[in-house]
Formats: sequence, structure tokens, C-alpha cells
Amino acid sequence: MLGSGLLQGLKVTAKNLVGSFHDPERLTTLEYPEQKAKLPENYRNFPFLVSENATDPMGTLRCVGCQICEKECPPQCIYIEKSKDKKPDATGKMQVYPVVFDIDTSVCMSCQICVEVCPFEAIKMDQVFEIATKDRFTALLLDRNQLAKPNSYYHEIHPTEAAEVDARLLAERKAAEEKAKAAATPKPAVAPTPSPTATAPKPPEAPAAGGTPAP
Amino acid sequence: MSGVEPMFPSPSSGAHVNAVHDPFHGDLLEVSMGPHHPSTHGVFRMMVTLDGETIVKLKPVFGYLHRNHEKLGENTSYLGSMPYTDRLDYLNSMTNNWAYALAVEKLAGQPVPERAEYLRVILAELTRLLNHVCLAGFLLQDTGASGTPLMYAFREREKILDLFESLSGSRMMCNYQRFGGCRVDASPEWLAGAQTITNNFGRFLDEYEELITGNEIMMARTQGVGALTPELAISAGITGPMLRATGVNYDLRKVDAYGVYSRFDFRVPLGDHGDTYDRYMIRILEMRESIKILQQALPALPAGPIMDPKAKIRGFRPKAGEAYGRIEGPKGEIGFYLISDGSPNPYRYRVRPPSLVNLTVLEDMCLGQTIADAVIILGSVDIVLGEVDR
Repeated sequence: MLGSGLLQGLKVTAKNLVGSFHDPERLTTLEYPEQKAKLPENYRNFPFLVSENATDPMGTLRCVGCQICEKECPPQCIYIEKSKDKKPDATGKMQVYPVVFDIDTSVCMSCQICVEVCPFEAIKMDQVFEIATKDRFTALLLDRNQLAKPNSYYHEIHPTEAAEVDARLLAERKAAEEKAKAAATPKPAVAPTPSPTATAPKPPEAPAAGGTPAP
Repeated sequence: MSGVEPMFPSPSSGAHVNAVHDPFHGDLLEVSMGPHHPSTHGVFRMMVTLDGETIVKLKPVFGYLHRNHEKLGENTSYLGSMPYTDRLDYLNSMTNNWAYALAVEKLAGQPVPERAEYLRVILAELTRLLNHVCLAGFLLQDTGASGTPLMYAFREREKILDLFESLSGSRMMCNYQRFGGCRVDASPEWLAGAQTITNNFGRFLDEYEELITGNEIMMARTQGVGALTPELAISAGITGPMLRATGVNYDLRKVDAYGVYSRFDFRVPLGDHGDTYDRYMIRILEMRESIKILQQALPALPAGPIMDPKAKIRGFRPKAGEAYGRIEGPKGEIGFYLISDGSPNPYRYRVRPPSLVNLTVLEDMCLGQTIADAVIILGSVDIVLGEVDR
């Protein structure tokens, strides 16, 4: 019968309308500013710098100003100037530190590549997304004081990931201490386990998939 | 324009429409639809020449969303291009990532662990669901069913996007695949969530079809509109659901059997007439096949690493050579052609976007149709301007 398809469709609409009053499957929206959905643990937004100590964030930054993230960042939104001198870091080791560390969040595309390439676990992704501002320029250019956030905050937003990172850093530190001890004694000990990202072994050069070599 | 205008035949098929030019019918009218037209799915512009309401000429104009994607690819490292591929076809970032990762893996001879291959299939099929459900919603929006089907479709899409967000960290810009595997492993909870969505999606499709597929207005608007012949589709290089709607059995998942697709049992739905209704139905049927693949892949997901231990993240320099990696994206064949000269950046980085190639036959499909039909024909092509203009 002509029109039966139309009526059938209207039946579905009616079912959804009535269902939205009692079935959570059919009413999936939230009243946003009052109600907020829980962010998944893996959610990422702009990066921040991890500092070991909340009271002295600038003194305990994990960043050593190696500028790898600056080089790898696809939209080139990171600007780093490293120090000429060395300062003790959170573990007391003398380290170079970033004098300037700026991230232009108007350019950043939250791709997480800086996090992946950082060998020192110093830069991580934040979860703050309500960052609208009326100023297009300076308010979106974050300097190192605005970027630094304590490790406890990192544990708060990415608990699983942060626990893994802490375990890895601890293992690295222990290995370094053992190496130092071994260097003090005449007998050489086992080499420390290197950080996986810092000194990954080169993959064997496999033949390129067919075709002529590039000019 | 006045008097008898010469009719320009379509460059690809030679089709043309004879307009009547007498004083009673008046002149031809040239209408510029877009780039800021609600029906053109982004910043796409159609210069339409009309005789009354009939289209006698259609010139697509694009480039309003050009972002220099290919040149950027030559100036960034191999890894650095990965987040940019998300932004090509911003509905299907997972399949774009996969196509690019496949091209680089071919170039470098990089093996991929089995678990990563399965995860890629799962994510690609979820992406297909997401893209096709969007298309079904937008196409019906174009036919005049404003709001309701689109909102129902978006409700389901949102569930898949939540899955992507909890896995990769971002709803649409996933940046998930890596050369030699995937970035993060899927937890058992995530897999359970994916299984729930897969189980419930069929029920949603039934409801959606009940809502609209049998609707008489929808049939009248789409059947026989914008028909495409298989010969023209093949010679124009059309791929994806649009090609299969004309009845040509060509699906890269079967032809190339890349990844682990050869292990799954699924069928390739084919259309009969190549019209807008067929293009809509093909998408619905493909979603049902995708559910079938997901039902097989999710329980079969093997344990193991998701990243090849020898894979390199930083300082990746493949040997000199060239490679073309292609997969069956939701819109058609998405491919990346790379030439390496041994440096950290590709020497040449070329994208084969399905949207752009599928758009080339727009004029042939629209000639002789009314201007209101041009809107739904364009809707059924399924374009994303991020990919057309790059």
C-alpha cells in the first residue's frame, strides 16, 4: 500500500520519542556545562611538562632541553632554548635544563608525537580542554611556568601510564647506580638496560619493496 | 547567455543534454552552488548551468580547503606525516593511518605482529560502520528527511567515536597506527565494549531501515536518479561502494587480501542499477558485512605484542626505493605512494584520495537531472573535502 513505508517510519520515530523518557539507550545526551562525561584515561589534549616536585616545579623539571621534541613536532609548535650551565635535577644529578620552553597551543595539533619521542619521559599529554580565550596570541603561547605540572597530577590523569613510567624510571636509575658502582670497582658488571626510546637498536636494513631507486 | 548555446559534452563520457532555446523557454541560467552552500558537504562549489530546472552543464570547483598536504609530507619525517593523514578524510582517520602505515611498511620491509593486524581490521571495520552510518544520515538529510535519520545515525556514530577515544586518545584525530604495529594496546574492557557495539549495531540497522528504506518519498527521490554505468565507472577509476553499486565486483579486501582479511568470511554486496538508491543500499549492506567481520575478528584476536620490537619510532630512514600501499577505505581505494631517497623525509609523497576520483563523474551523473537531484547525487558520492583538496 502506498504510504505504508511512511507510516512504518513514523512508528520508529514515535518509539524513539517515547523511549527517550525512560530508556537511557535512546537518550544519550548530557546537559554539558552542568553535567560532564567522564574522560577516558587515554584522552589527550595539549602537552605539559612533568616536574618531580610541586613546590619547586622549575628546579625539578624532567626536561633536559635535548630539543628532540622540537625537531620531531610536525607543526613545529615547540620552541626550546637550552641552558649553558648545569643544575642539579630532582635526583641530584647535574643536568642541562631548558631556559625557554614554549608551546604555541594555537598551532599544536595534540598528536602526541613529542610524548613518544621524548627519551626522558618529560613531556606528557594533558586532559584540559576548556581553554578558550579571547586573546589570540599571548594567551595561547604557553611558557615553561605554565606548562610545568607535578608528577602527582600526571598520576591523577593517566594512572596506568604514569605507574608504568615511574617503574621504568626507577629501573633506569637503579641500573645507572649499579653501573656507577661497577665503575668504582675494578670488575665490569652488566651493562644497564637502556631506555627503549633513547637508544633503540637499529632495525636490519630490509630491501625496499620493488621499483627503481629514487633520483 | 542568450540564443543557442553550444552544449558542452562531458569530458569523461561525452554525455550531454540538449537544451531548448526558443524565446518561450528563455536563456540558460548559471548558478554557483557553494562553496558555502549547506548541501555541498564542505567547501565544494558546483557551477551549474540550468535550463529551467534541468542541469545541462556542471563544473566542479574545488581547492578551497587545500592544505598543502603532499608537500608537507615531503618536508616532515615519515612519522610526522602520520597525524596529518588523520586530517585527510577526517571521518576515517583509522583507515587513512592504516593505508599510510602500509605504504611505509612496504617501503621499509617492516613486518607487523599478528595482534596488530587483527586490531587494524577491527578498527577499519568500525571506521567503515562509522563512515557509512554518517553517509546514510547525510544523504537522507539531503533528500529532505531533515534531522531525524541523521540524529539516529550520529547517536550510533558517537558510540564508536567513544571507543576510538578510549583507545587512541582522540575521537577523530586518532593517530593510532605506527610503522610495524599500533600505538596502544586494546584492554579487555575495550574489547568488551567493541563487542557490545558490534552486537547491538545490527539491531540499530534494522530500525534504521524500518525508518527510511521502505519510505515511498525516499524511493521516489533516489531510484533512477544519477545512474552510473559500470563501463564509465571503470574507465573513470571509481572505487569503493560507488563502483560496487554499478555491479562491478571489485573490493580490495578480496582482490589484495591485505592484512588478515583472507581469514574472514564475508561477502561483497553488489548493486544493480548504479543509481542513488543502490549507492545508499550498498552502504547499508556493507555495514552488515562489516558486523560479520567484526564478529569473527573480535573473538579471534590473538595475544602478543602490538609493535614489532625492531620497529623504529625516531630517526626512521627507509632505504631508497618506492612503494604504493592501498587499502579499501570506506569511500574507496585510499592509497599512498612514497619514494624514498634514504633521507628521513620521503622524496615524493602522493595520496590517492577516493573522494576526488569518485567526484570526477559528478557531471555525468547529474546531466539531465534536476537541480534538486544534484544535491542528493553529490550526497551519495560520499565526499569529504579534506581529502578532495588535501
